[in-house]
Amino acid sequence: MSRFTKSLRLVASAGMLAICVSASAQGANQKFSGIGRTATPAEIKAWDIDVRPDFKGLPAGAGSVAKGQDVWEAKCASCHGVFGESTEVFTPIIGGTTKKDIETGRVANLAREDFPQRTTMMKVATVSTLWDYINRAMPWNNPKTLTVEEVYAVTAYILNLAEVVPENFVLSDKNIAEVQKRMPNRNGMTEKHGLWDLKGKPDVVGTLCMSNCATELKITSFLPESARDAHGNLKEQHRPIGPARAIDTSRPAAAAPTADRPVVVAAAPAAQAATASGVNAAEISKKANCTACHAQAAKMVGPSWTEIAKKYKGDAKAPAMLAKKIKSGGAGNWGAVPMPPHPNLKDNELTALSQWILEGAK
Amino acid sequence: MSSGVKKSGRLIKAPENFLTAQDARAPALMRRKFLAASASTAAASLAALGLSAPKNALASVGEGDPNILNLPAHTTGLGMPVAANPYGMPSQYEKGLQRRESPGLTRVSAASVAFTPLQGTFGIITPSGLHFERHHQGWWDIDPSKHRLMVMGLVKNPKVYTMDDIMRLPSVSRIHFIECGANTAMEWGNVAVPTVQYSHGMVSCSEFTGVPLAVLLEDCGIDRKAARYVLAEGADGSSMTRSIALDRALDDVIVAYGMNGEMLRPENGYPLRLVVPGIQGVSWVKWLRRIEVGDMKWAAKDESIHYIDLMPGGLHRQYTGIQEAKSVITTPSGGQTLLDKGFYNISGLAWSGRGKIRRVDISVDGGRNWRTARLESPILSKAFTRFNIDWVWNGGPAILQSRAQDDSGYVQPKINQLRAVRGTRSIYHQNAIQSWRVADNGEVSNVQVY
Repeated sequence: MSRFTKSLRLVASAGMLAICVSASAQGANQKFSGIGRTATPAEIKAWDIDVRPDFKGLPAGAGSVAKGQDVWEAKCASCHGVFGESTEVFTPIIGGTTKKDIETGRVANLAREDFPQRTTMMKVATVSTLWDYINRAMPWNNPKTLTVEEVYAVTAYILNLAEVVPENFVLSDKNIAEVQKRMPNRNGMTEKHGLWDLKGKPDVVGTLCMSNCATELKITSFLPESARDAHGNLKEQHRPIGPARAIDTSRPAAAAPTADRPVVVAAAPAAQAATASGVNAAEISKKANCTACHAQAAKMVGPSWTEIAKKYKGDAKAPAMLAKKIKSGGAGNWGAVPMPPHPNLKDNELTALSQWILEGAK
Repeated sequence: MSSGVKKSGRLIKAPENFLTAQDARAPALMRRKFLAASASTAAASLAALGLSAPKNALASVGEGDPNILNLPAHTTGLGMPVAANPYGMPSQYEKGLQRRESPGLTRVSAASVAFTPLQGTFGIITPSGLHFERHHQGWWDIDPSKHRLMVMGLVKNPKVYTMDDIMRLPSVSRIHFIECGANTAMEWGNVAVPTVQYSHGMVSCSEFTGVPLAVLLEDCGIDRKAARYVLAEGADGSSMTRSIALDRALDDVIVAYGMNGEMLRPENGYPLRLVVPGIQGVSWVKWLRRIEVGDMKWAAKDESIHYIDLMPGGLHRQYTGIQEAKSVITTPSGGQTLLDKGFYNISGLAWSGRGKIRRVDISVDGGRNWRTARLESPILSKAFTRFNIDWVWNGGPAILQSRAQDDSGYVQPKINQLRAVRGTRSIYHQNAIQSWRVADNGEVSNVQVY
């Protein structure tokens, strides 16, 4: 928060024009006259949402673990899982921390090379970061819509899942500094490195050896043949002229083109199917982030396209029902995990999308 | 050599069943066997096989190249009028060069990355349409007449600027690279991707135009005694925040609206983004809406949960920003096949977050022996520098490497040197020497060599 809010409020009472005059009079630089204007207290309040590790900027308020669970299940669980453990959409939030870590402030599993994942609660050292980020960027498709109480509550729920606070806890601006003292990885950060300051000392530097340099000349890693086309056909990812041709990875290595076997320029990729309305549903499904939760055949957070098409096969009411469902969201048809609403999709996009899904999302 | 050659404009390709199993596996090897033989022997053996001609460029032309002898439509007809494409696009034959995602890297394409096809770019400027993309919560095309920048915090006069205001101020245009801190991250432990697009394509270089941040901070009357850091914040859903040291903010940081002669592209922050030369891309906050001057770092999500470098032993390095000197050969590079033995121009890019590139050395034998490459001008601080060096491929196996040194004296390290200090799990700031293996069939692949 600005230290000038108070003085500005006094100025603001004198009216907008007065602000500009008095502010530029008190401003340090007259060089660029006529450019920019003093920010109003309301404007600063609307945008100055950052919360620092010393809790400067944290609004007064409170939220309980219980309330947090309700908010979580309604707005967060569809991506992060009911217990914050899901790896389906994002890296998990909860897991990998212990009561011992809360005592020491160092997450022991971070030292283990064999530990499978690094969750948010394993890494984050500052509870302010959780509050700030949930407040500014969550929920994923509707950021900045949580109330102050809801942000406290969701933060409390996460902290409870990580056993930092008990089930009956109410997190508030009054006790958050005490919670900071129990963050599992609060002592897990170091700034002893040369990558912040321009004059910082590098930790690893190569040598300028020019001849007979020490090298094992052993290939320690290469792509297995099975991964040859894992990034699609490389042939289609370069230009058809030049000193080298991209490899046709749709064929085995031995059949790679050479000067003996002139390169056959790959045909342009087939245009993606557009629906009768001229709207490309496959594109919309990507842009609207449908693919964050739905896949072609496998169940992710939500049911697969194939499952949906199968369930509603031959149902004349399905296209309209599905279009409505995509727009308004809901839960129940496919289990407890709710689907978020998509209010920004236009009607013709919703129609195209539901038609495309019912036809198997091909 | 041409005496025994049938006058034909076209090569007649050998049917597959004339090749031995071994030769079918390695046609390039077979070609070299032919070339190695004397002309008469080769002609004789070809005749014995019932094949037509040796693969000599002149010999195979016959009367001449039909592309020359038969005038094409574009030489004998009327072409397209002006402004048929009011905003020009690349040739239809360049469709292969596009930004692409790496399959399986992320689950959500609104929080993902699309890589620049470095294998196809020339010089040091990345075409704006191929500039890599990295978004944290999707991108927007923001109405510039409604966009505002607020500068507040430890200043005498917190201010709001419209785009009109910002574009009235004195501007600078500077060429800088931008590299994601996680560029080449997939290769910390082992080779994971086939081409330079995926291994190094989270870096681009553009000419950015805008107002030095120092001008705006001065205009608001920055409290120089108390101020230590600035916070940059975006206007998108993620409202990304990053802490920047004040000495850097007052040095070469730009509040930019222009990129390569036009406005920023929406995917790159239209209408306003921060340019923080030498620092990882996450600090170049897009759709910039707010600068706050403060006296401590903010520990934002992308400096406390992501963009922290895990070290062996379990400590994370926090606030690692500088992109240290790095280079990569882009031609030839992984996923390509050399056309034939003979001359090649090895070409690539070098850059350093600490200053100018002083020198780039090239090895074709896996790092045993090195030659110094030509650096093409301009050589600018915290920008791409293009290097070239002559190379004649003799048809044998080779391992191509490039090694950059910047004007601080820093030398790009080998992957095993980096691993010895940082392990394999730190994700960010992987700037090791890249190795491309050239097999004797001409195929170039991504490998790691100690």
